[in-house]
Amino acid sequence: MIKNMVGKQTLCFRNQPEILGTGSVVGVKEGKGPLGECFDVVLEEDIYGEKTWEKAETKMLKEAILLSIKKAGKTKEQINAILSGDLLNQLMSASFSARDLQIPFLGLYGACSTMTESMIVGAVLVDGGYADHVVAAASSHYCTAERQFRMPLEHGNQRPPSAHWTVTGSGSVVIGKTDHPYICCTYGTIGKIVDPGITDTNQMGAAMAPAALDTVITHFSDTGRPLDYYDMILTGDLGHIGKDILLDMMKKQGMDLEKVYNDCGVLIYDREQDTHSGGSGCGCSAVTFSGYIFDKLIKGQLKKILLISTGALMTTTSSQQGNSIPGIAHAIAVEIC
Amino acid sequence: MFSNEKAKSYEQYVSQFTPKPKYFYNAVKAFVIGGLICMAAYYVQSILIEKGMGKGDAGTIVTILLICTAQLLTGFGWFDSIAKFAGGGVIVPITGFANSMVSPAMEFKKEGLVLGAGSKLFTIAGPVLVWGISTSVVIGIIYWLLTK
Repeated sequence: MIKNMVGKQTLCFRNQPEILGTGSVVGVKEGKGPLGECFDVVLEEDIYGEKTWEKAETKMLKEAILLSIKKAGKTKEQINAILSGDLLNQLMSASFSARDLQIPFLGLYGACSTMTESMIVGAVLVDGGYADHVVAAASSHYCTAERQFRMPLEHGNQRPPSAHWTVTGSGSVVIGKTDHPYICCTYGTIGKIVDPGITDTNQMGAAMAPAALDTVITHFSDTGRPLDYYDMILTGDLGHIGKDILLDMMKKQGMDLEKVYNDCGVLIYDREQDTHSGGSGCGCSAVTFSGYIFDKLIKGQLKKILLISTGALMTTTSSQQGNSIPGIAHAIAVEIC
Repeated sequence: MFSNEKAKSYEQYVSQFTPKPKYFYNAVKAFVIGGLICMAAYYVQSILIEKGMGKGDAGTIVTILLICTAQLLTGFGWFDSIAKFAGGGVIVPITGFANSMVSPAMEFKKEGLVLGAGSKLFTIAGPVLVWGISTSVVIGIIYWLLTK
């Protein structure tokens, strides 16, 4: 008998695991974007004083984790586990930052959905009494992602209008429990992979939108919550195109969420920043939540939010072999208790 | 996974949300910039010929100059911005080929000169060389068969 699950895919956190603090470190372009002032650290240079982009991303993630621990009023020794991931092969940034921090580590890969994946697992550990405090984090870096998935940085080409721009950013949250719960994780909906058959890696928003729709529908049907329950519903990185597609698909399902729905990839950059369809990468929803949304929750400007990080689970090999892009989306409800 | 039919109809459905690249505008830019590069190259070649250099040698010098310029611009980190604007205008001439060699060399030298820059140098240019040379061999054989 499963006690802490409602409906088909939604976990119910009955013991009020709380978000105690967050940390966000972003690159130069993200700092110049509309959310620039919300982030804890904005880099002066994306290389962050390191010799390689991978080392820079590792340092960013480590910095974000340490900041979140500090802002939660905890010490490194009080953290029972780090749950984190990034976009690189074998989770390079996550593993190497955990190596330096010497905190027990579980590496998670959900492509750009990693932030909610790590938050859900973190909430489970705290809710189930397996940990007092855990760190849930995710990271991406434009320069490490480009060289792994696409072309060398200095290679000259023209990107199509549907292309995304990988966010340079690391976001981290500390999940724990106190006697006076304030900002709590209440439900987590684990997404199914939905593959709509898109093979063009420059069409990520379209590839992930059906997975996001599936998770949204499942979340509301599992929890039985009314459609107007949340102040804000936020997808991870569908971008301008994916956002429009999702809104249209939701309307066709009879769900009018236009007033409360937005996308982190749309929020993080201005149209003038020439990112085409908007931001992507694990860091996109990670820093938007850690920097922008969490602050609004603390100030009480938002009370109930649903964060749905979206991921495109293709690899360079799968794309070259002509496979379509499997999309996934995990949702976590964060509310003022 | 969606069935083939469903995938096709989804692709059609999403195309109404996807802005099309500005093909005509891009082509005009590529034509003008590419044309200017060719004009400049031709001008230099003419000067060299005027100074007494043979046509073949002058052509070689001009090609080397174009390659060096593209390499320098790539090294300074400007070529990608120019290519973003000019598109095929700088990618199709030999300038694009030079950029496709220098950019991986810069990118992957961090993994070492042998296994990094050495092995990744031809990641972009390699396929062009393989299929370019293969095509020229096939065309050569056809030409030989037709003219023997």
